[in-house]
Amino acid sequence: MIGLILQIVRLATPYLFAAAGGTIAEQSGIVSLGLEGYMLAGACAAAFGSYYGGSVWSGVLCGAMGGAVFAAIHGIATIRFRADQIVSGIAINILAVGSTRFALRVAFGSSSNSPRVPGGASGLLEIAGLLSIFAVSAVIDRTRFGLRLRAAGEHPEAATSVGISVSRIRGVAVVASGILAGLGGTFLALDQHQFSDEMTAGRGFIALAAVIFGRWQPVRVGAACLLFAAAEAVEINLQGTSTIPSQFVAMIPYVLTIVALAGIVGRSVPPAALGKSGH
Amino acid sequence: VKALLSVLAGALLALVVGDLLILGVGQSPAEVYRLLLEGTWGNPYGFAQVIYKATTLTFTGLAVALALRAGLFNIGAEAQLALGGFAASVMGLALPHSIPAPIAITACVVAAAFGGAAGGAVPGALNAWFGANEVITTILLNFVVLFFLNWVVTAHLHVPETVHTPAFTNGTVPRLSAFIPAFRGSAANVIVILAIGAAIVTGWFVFRTRYGYQLRAVGLSPDAAEAAGIVPARVRVATFTLAGALAGMGGTNFVLGYKHYYEDGFSGGAGLIGIAVALAGRAHPLGIILAALAFATLSQGGLAIHALVPKQMADILQGVVILAIAIASRQRS
Repeated sequence: MIGLILQIVRLATPYLFAAAGGTIAEQSGIVSLGLEGYMLAGACAAAFGSYYGGSVWSGVLCGAMGGAVFAAIHGIATIRFRADQIVSGIAINILAVGSTRFALRVAFGSSSNSPRVPGGASGLLEIAGLLSIFAVSAVIDRTRFGLRLRAAGEHPEAATSVGISVSRIRGVAVVASGILAGLGGTFLALDQHQFSDEMTAGRGFIALAAVIFGRWQPVRVGAACLLFAAAEAVEINLQGTSTIPSQFVAMIPYVLTIVALAGIVGRSVPPAALGKSGH
Repeated sequence: VKALLSVLAGALLALVVGDLLILGVGQSPAEVYRLLLEGTWGNPYGFAQVIYKATTLTFTGLAVALALRAGLFNIGAEAQLALGGFAASVMGLALPHSIPAPIAITACVVAAAFGGAAGGAVPGALNAWFGANEVITTILLNFVVLFFLNWVVTAHLHVPETVHTPAFTNGTVPRLSAFIPAFRGSAANVIVILAIGAAIVTGWFVFRTRYGYQLRAVGLSPDAAEAAGIVPARVRVATFTLAGALAGMGGTNFVLGYKHYYEDGFSGGAGLIGIAVALAGRAHPLGIILAALAFATLSQGGLAIHALVPKQMADILQGVVILAIAIASRQRS
């Protein structure tokens, strides 16, 4: 039983980080289709940091920064230049796949994976992943910044009229989402002691599904991450003996989220100004 | 003019990023760009490959554009394309050899359209009747559909040791190299004519018919359309279904014209690039064809320069161009 719980937490860690980040960005009004890209960039940067820096910690630092850089691109495009948030998010994902492949090729002459890099710190990152959900929850619900963040996501005009800089709030939120998602990718790379092409394999989208399924409420979002990870854990443990094909288990997060969106069991309603410019 | 300027700005930005990447790996930008052009528009094979890639992108671009005209964002062309290709291959496998080729080909194209239409109808209905945001449902459905097709193919229909269905013979279409020998080796095939036809028919439908007028009315102002007696929900479902059919027909380019089987993952991002094609082409048929050619050139050009610069540079440039397109298509305030 404890083994199963540990396995679920382990599988959930990338989701928890990225979904915590997605929650904070979406609550501020910025659509987070790029979570997958931040995570992939974070995983790649972590492997590079760990390889060249020779320690896990340089990997963690670079991983967080890798996610932050791609989130900053999304932030600059959507906040400063008012780019369409959905299209920008798609661009970020394509950009992340291309850049990480390019980097692999140039640095290691490989199109599939990096050499073995110093890794580990998995236990610490797992705890940090769980804590990140509570940290985001505390920031959103209990701080002045959180109040302003929600104002930026729900009523940007009202927020502006009382002197809150919606652009700055959203900028901070989107970079924070990049750092968190980047750490999710970092966990993957350091846990496996390497970066491999497209190693995030859609985990950023599962995290996004968790944000929506959890109705943009951090603790619910965290629970959704654990639920999705639990389904995966059950599938892994039953491999071979189960009559349900693995592809159907893999669909669970997406199908549940579609059902939630359609309001069949309680509708999930996004922040009012999500995807809209702040001016 | 503003549209043209933003396209130029995007191209310029991509050029600058491209220069930096090329210089970063110690090559000369002029040499690399020369190779890129030579490997695409500069020789018959490269040109035919651009045509081949642009064919699929024209279909997915039309699928996104049609929905855009009705005020809907179709991120699901990826899944609709895969469903269309899968349906075409199943039809091809099911048809007896005795059926004349023109009928078999038509049946496969219609199957592709229906496969894609099914993929479009679901998010259309979820949007119209349940109010579920179509951007999110199409993204999520992409995964559901691709996992489902992966299961069908790997569990029931694949050739051992592969991830594709058996090949079929009746229902396939000739490659362009059958008419133009210089195109030998290229996958370009006569489906390109279907793509151009689809662009013309879609343009006629949107701009010249009553249904197209209703569709645009819903896109411009659902409230005004409703006041004029149009039922927006019905228009949205119909539009999304037709958009799916367009993307689905794109699957015939690979299945009927190239491999003659459905292969897991054949869509390879063409559905997502279709979003960029539709936006860069201003949701207009001619613009879409030009944008499809441009993105196809970038993709094929990446292969041509691989000896000097990793071909992944093309992916990066694609991302940069799409980012520029995102900036050009400002968000709603």
